[in-house]
Amino acid sequence: MSDSFTASDLLQTTINFLAVGGLYALIALGYTLVYGILRFINFAHSDIVAWGGWIALTVASGAGWLASGQSPAFALPLVLLATMALCAAMGVTIERLAYRPLRKAPRLNVLITAIGVSLFLQNVGLLNKVFGNRPSTISALLSNDVLATVGGVHLRLYDMLTILLAVVLVIVLERIVYGTRMGRAMRAVAFDERTAALMGVNVNIVVSVTFALGSALAAAGGILFALRNDLRMTADTSWVLLGLKAFVAAVVGGIGNVRGAAAGALLIAFVEVFVHRYVTAAFPDKPWVGQLQDIYVFGILILVLIFKPSGLLGKATVEKV
Amino acid sequence: MTGGTVERSPAGSVTRGALDIKKLSLAFGGLKAVSEFSLSLPVGGLYGLIGPNGAGKTTVFNLLTGVYKPDVGSVELSGLRIDGKKPNQIARAGMARTFQNIRLFGELSVIDNVRTAAGVRTKSGLFRTLLRTPLHVAEERAITERCIELLDVLGITHRQDEQAKSLPYGDQRRLEIARALATEPKVLLLDEPVAGMNTQEKREMRGLIQSLREKFGVSILLIEHDMGLVMDICEQITVIDHGVTIAVGSPKQIQDDPAVIEAYLGVPEENDPIPRPEEAPKTDAPEAAEAP
Amino acid sequence: MKSLQDRVDRLRPGLPITVGKSVLPFAIAILLAFTMDKLIGPAVGATWSKILLDVGIAILLAGSLNIVNGYAGQFSIGHAGFMLVGGYLAAWLTFYGSIHWFGVKTPVGGFLGNGQLLFLGGCILGGLCASVFGVIVGLPSLRLRGDYLAIVTLGFGEIVRVLGQITDRQPKRIDDVKKIPMSDLLNNLGGAEGFSQIPGYTTLFFVYFFAFVLLVLAYRLKYSSKGRALLAVRENEIAAEAMGIDTTRAKVIAFVFSAFFAGIGGSLYAHQVGALDPKELGFMKSIDLVIIVVIGGMGSITGVVIGATILVVLPEIFRQFADYRMIAYALALITVMILRPQGIMGVKELWETSLWRKQVKALRAKLRGGK
Repeated sequence: MSDSFTASDLLQTTINFLAVGGLYALIALGYTLVYGILRFINFAHSDIVAWGGWIALTVASGAGWLASGQSPAFALPLVLLATMALCAAMGVTIERLAYRPLRKAPRLNVLITAIGVSLFLQNVGLLNKVFGNRPSTISALLSNDVLATVGGVHLRLYDMLTILLAVVLVIVLERIVYGTRMGRAMRAVAFDERTAALMGVNVNIVVSVTFALGSALAAAGGILFALRNDLRMTADTSWVLLGLKAFVAAVVGGIGNVRGAAAGALLIAFVEVFVHRYVTAAFPDKPWVGQLQDIYVFGILILVLIFKPSGLLGKATVEKV
Repeated sequence: MTGGTVERSPAGSVTRGALDIKKLSLAFGGLKAVSEFSLSLPVGGLYGLIGPNGAGKTTVFNLLTGVYKPDVGSVELSGLRIDGKKPNQIARAGMARTFQNIRLFGELSVIDNVRTAAGVRTKSGLFRTLLRTPLHVAEERAITERCIELLDVLGITHRQDEQAKSLPYGDQRRLEIARALATEPKVLLLDEPVAGMNTQEKREMRGLIQSLREKFGVSILLIEHDMGLVMDICEQITVIDHGVTIAVGSPKQIQDDPAVIEAYLGVPEENDPIPRPEEAPKTDAPEAAEAP
Repeated sequence: MKSLQDRVDRLRPGLPITVGKSVLPFAIAILLAFTMDKLIGPAVGATWSKILLDVGIAILLAGSLNIVNGYAGQFSIGHAGFMLVGGYLAAWLTFYGSIHWFGVKTPVGGFLGNGQLLFLGGCILGGLCASVFGVIVGLPSLRLRGDYLAIVTLGFGEIVRVLGQITDRQPKRIDDVKKIPMSDLLNNLGGAEGFSQIPGYTTLFFVYFFAFVLLVLAYRLKYSSKGRALLAVRENEIAAEAMGIDTTRAKVIAFVFSAFFAGIGGSLYAHQVGALDPKELGFMKSIDLVIIVVIGGMGSITGVVIGATILVVLPEIFRQFADYRMIAYALALITVMILRPQGIMGVKELWETSLWRKQVKALRAKLRGGK
């Protein structure tokens, strides 16, 4: 038991925690942005995450960068940008075709439609003509280098890149939402759609931009996840859990709240990494303890929903009677 | 529960009214929505609550019916404390309401809207329902019978099987009243019962509302913007503005009260905007619907 | 005007007639189920028998979900969790119980013999356990708003799946099982491999018996005060509260009722497939059931029957397009939500539609004209 609690182990766990948290934050932001302006949970979001990974695969293999074990340094950034752009387009199209007709419909209807879109994306992706069912990998795009070794802990390129990318993208998003005219328009629509429209805001454009941003971030998340895990279709457990946990992070942090999504992501990552690591170490004779990660996460979700449904940083909405 | 006359209390004695509200207050954050609202509605009384838009009238109703919990104050329904209780408990205790922005069960038929409310007075539970016991069957028959009579009183029997949401506006308001009466209330709160109706409909409603007390033994408190109706049928009127009670009295007293006139127009005295009952109301412009 | 209770005594029906009317539908249910099993089943052959079986189970499951999603208008997407609970408890009773009490693993006895009675007990047990879970999940979460409730029910379904996957392995040898008392075996539900070798007690009789019972109860509920209370909650919850309806209590009761039948459905499913794999009864299965309710018509009993039939039979007919099945479902779901969100029937029953009424009128006119 003594070997699990050293300082270097703590550092390694912290790095894991930040990387996982960053990943969840990227995906959680997409959920929260859409919920903020349209008031529904876009179940299809996690499928865009998976498609992000697969589109990256298609782009990279098309450009011949996956053929050998290593790829040129500029490959990853290019693939990242291309995929983010393509997924942004995907998100905008989905909104235009499936969600816009339901802009005024009861929220439950849109939720059901979102489930339909999710099923559609999953199963189209599964077709052999499209992506197929066999796991693939894009790990060739990023070498498994160790950047430095601090106090016995390897700082891997992957973890550093994940943290850096997550931080950068979250800050960029934050600046957009709180510092630009478009961001102000987004917040206005989130607050009161009708009044925003009366003030001259083009709600359709705001919605499209929101979906574009959310989907681009989702793509980034998908690529990062795919770099370290096998690329499988959304229906596969590891990818389902990724989407689900990011979703839980968004809800726990306060869905509709950008900073809440980041906070929620860190909380969920903390539970998953730290609690899992140290609880497993504390009960070495019970192997099933390791499988309880999912339950921790859902447990937090249910606790938050029961005691503070608006989330940690969210504000309760009041219905006029 | 038949009949119901206005109880006259001998001078000096304390009678339990139908509704006794004492110093009800509610603040949203820093904003005081309702300040020390008090009112004593006697059994069989018909009182009015008026005030400019946004004065807090519907908030008072929401406080009475349990939608909001008051910060301070008490509400007694025939002597029973109901403040702080949940809306369904208050309804069961005997207070029913209609809504400013009509809240019917749109997809259900007219008669089912009323039958749903009547269900509060049944005794059969789930098992009796699933087994269709004699008690359950009897109660369902009684519900249907009573609800048809209610629709009759409110004049909408001919629309019995139509979907509630397809009803014309005036009939929707009548349906809301029928539905509220189905719960066999002791106190009926009417929130703008004639809003959006034309002169003819308003005249019919005037007589109808007054007759409810005798037919159903209810005491009524109503919110209205139509001054003609209010001055005509209410025995006592309370005026509030920005949550504060600025006048209480008979219709005549209210009409002459300078504070009331100022609250409505901001101009003292000369231009008297409150029509006397003898005058024909000038316009019938419906109130602008508030954002949901 | 006279109050409700003042009228009740006068309108009370006679006891014998009421008992007769109360019990009759259940007797008819038994008869119809028997006919299904002994006459129709053999007549249509093995393949279609299986399809009929699947349709019946789908009606039971979607019909029970309809009480929560359709009548009460709540969005529950974890129904498969109740199936799993019911299936596990029933399988525990029949598989281990069979070994302990009959000494064999395979089905014993004939129609309503010892084996089938054990199975029946398993079904009821499964249903009861599922309803207990219904209370545990429903009480805290049914106060939540629509999308939040959806998340919690989704989470519930996944938690049950995970719990199923961490149970201990299932001892399959008769000698091994006999050594362990029944109560200890409650944790040996198969783990990640699932529970297998479940005796195949499910027949058309049991499936359609339970399905018909559910349909009768769903009908009685819908046309009663309790049912109207649920519909009111769906239409306008605030108004329902104001009219005296304890909306949370109503929702929880609907939830528990539907969980009970989902548990029975899970048991029937487990004893037909012969195995219970927690991965099979996860989110996807819950969504399958939601699709039936949504497309058939949320709140309509006939709608659910129609939806279940279509969504079980069509994939069988179009077997070679299995890959495209889910894509077709997905597109159907999206299209229905955009073009006809109330589904095929809406909240109406078949006999309430204007089409039906016109046909009945025409038929009556013809009969009168013919005389």
